[in-house]
Amino acid sequence: MARFFAKHLLFLLFTLLVVSFLVFTLNEFSPGAVARKILGAYATQEQVDVLTKQMGLDRPVLVRYVEYLGGLASGDLGYSARFKLPVREVIFKHLANTVLLAAIAFACIVPLSTLLGVVAGMRESSRVDRVILMFSTVVASIPEFALGVFLASVFVVWLGWLPGTATLVAGGGWSVAAQLVLPVTVVVLFDSGYVVSMIRASMVEVMQRPYIRTAVLKGLPFRAVILRHALRNAMLTPITVIMLQINYLVAGVVVVETVFAYPGFGRMILEAALFKDIALIEAGALVAVFLAVLTNILGDIAYVLLDPRIRA
Amino acid sequence: MSTPATAEALPASPPAASRLRPHAWWRRLAALGESTPASVGVVIVLAWVALALLAPLIAPYPPNANDMAALAHTTPSRAHWLGTDQLGRDLFSRILWGARPVLIIAPLAVLGAAALGSLLGLVGGYYGRWTDLVITRACDIVLSFPVIILYMIILAHVGSSAWNIVGVLTLTKAPIIARIVRGMTLDLREREYVAAAKMRGESALYIMLVEILPNARGPLVVDMCLRTGYNVIIIGSLGFLGIGLPPPDPDWGGMVKDTYGMMMVWPHMALFPCAAISSLVVGFNLLAVGLRELGLRD
Repeated sequence: MARFFAKHLLFLLFTLLVVSFLVFTLNEFSPGAVARKILGAYATQEQVDVLTKQMGLDRPVLVRYVEYLGGLASGDLGYSARFKLPVREVIFKHLANTVLLAAIAFACIVPLSTLLGVVAGMRESSRVDRVILMFSTVVASIPEFALGVFLASVFVVWLGWLPGTATLVAGGGWSVAAQLVLPVTVVVLFDSGYVVSMIRASMVEVMQRPYIRTAVLKGLPFRAVILRHALRNAMLTPITVIMLQINYLVAGVVVVETVFAYPGFGRMILEAALFKDIALIEAGALVAVFLAVLTNILGDIAYVLLDPRIRA
Repeated sequence: MSTPATAEALPASPPAASRLRPHAWWRRLAALGESTPASVGVVIVLAWVALALLAPLIAPYPPNANDMAALAHTTPSRAHWLGTDQLGRDLFSRILWGARPVLIIAPLAVLGAAALGSLLGLVGGYYGRWTDLVITRACDIVLSFPVIILYMIILAHVGSSAWNIVGVLTLTKAPIIARIVRGMTLDLREREYVAAAKMRGESALYIMLVEILPNARGPLVVDMCLRTGYNVIIIGSLGFLGIGLPPPDPDWGGMVKDTYGMMMVWPHMALFPCAAISSLVVGFNLLAVGLRELGLRD
């Protein structure tokens, strides 16, 4: 187990290093752009040059990369040119908002897709299975922005039951809870479509195993076969997929955040990328990758915990 | 080790035999009819392909022409079947023309990813050891990155064009294909016909491309179908985020971006492009579901 952790930790550090270097050098494709962005279109070239020098942007990439790593190690993530705040404050404020959205969505996705996936997979090709398979395929096929537009046109434009934006500032007569309904629904529908199909496929496979046939033949009620014998084994493969959803939920929901003007992490990175706010892009990319690799590791650990054969 | 004479004397290997059946893929296309999802999927996708091809003939207006008079009533009418957008451009024509870039970029990026991914997977799986380790680790790193963030960072830097989108889609999807192909190569390289090809003195490249790759195509085809659907979603999402294909030419995601703010007044402007892109992706994904069913059956 110790070796297992050490190996994963090493890979995490290695990945972070590679990604930080890639993003750092990628940002070097546009020298001077940062100073230009800060000063605006009407600044003279001289002013831009001076600021470039002041910020040390004219020195070699490697030197600045090593400096940057040093700053990271001491907890200094740099200063955001877009938000005029230390990067740390900007990132954690937006990350907290996204984690709120992700946590609610995750709490809905897991039970919902487990239920649908198991019910569909326990009797392959039955009518229930066909309906659930079609539902999950169609739902996973609709892009998040289209899903948002469809739901908003019904519940916001037509019925007027919910607000069309989720700025997390209670106002316009809508509570924060009401604002969260539509973004969460879009994320849950889009994501569970995929997770349901994974759990269903795994369940179908498990139901064909000899031990299930044995359990059925020795006269166990179907319910007990499913709950005691099939469920645990059917969750083995999808558990890694489910953990990977955390990754998507935290870093990949930029489209949903944009649809509903939600002040989240993904939209912050989009803004940083469009504004070429280099410090924020770099820190954001690192946080995203850190979360991604971490959820990967958590998935592996969950797999080991569920499967006693590997635990050894 | 072996002479050309012995190579000719050896019986044809299984993949060579399968290449001799000329109409195999036509029969396979006909077999799609046995699966309801697959046939519905094929019909939807082919319908969009036809609409895209015939756009110059069917579209009642040029895609970027403004009809200022129509701005008074932008909702669907006899002159504009699906209404117009906020600049008085005919939505029906724009949706037809908007099918073109998507139907070119999405499959092109999938082909690119399949080519690059297969190559990486074959090389990694065939040679094993450190080659495999380097390729697998590199793929893991790309896969660990939330792709949409990667797109935002890259496209915001290099600028957004059709080719750049094909490029980032290819690079980010190749590792997934590589992983599938590598897994199959590990298994296939131990087969007799690969040993036979080695005996004949075939080059490693020949063995990978002619002996191994054709036998790994089953899962690849299903996956490529799914990838095409996902690529359509991503192209639409990039357009929606404002880092997709540059305006003014119609792009479904961009059309939604420009108009969803006006949904309280004119919901149709955002709804129709959303319906278009959703139906296309549903088509590809139904096709994938059907193909998987058919693959499991035989």
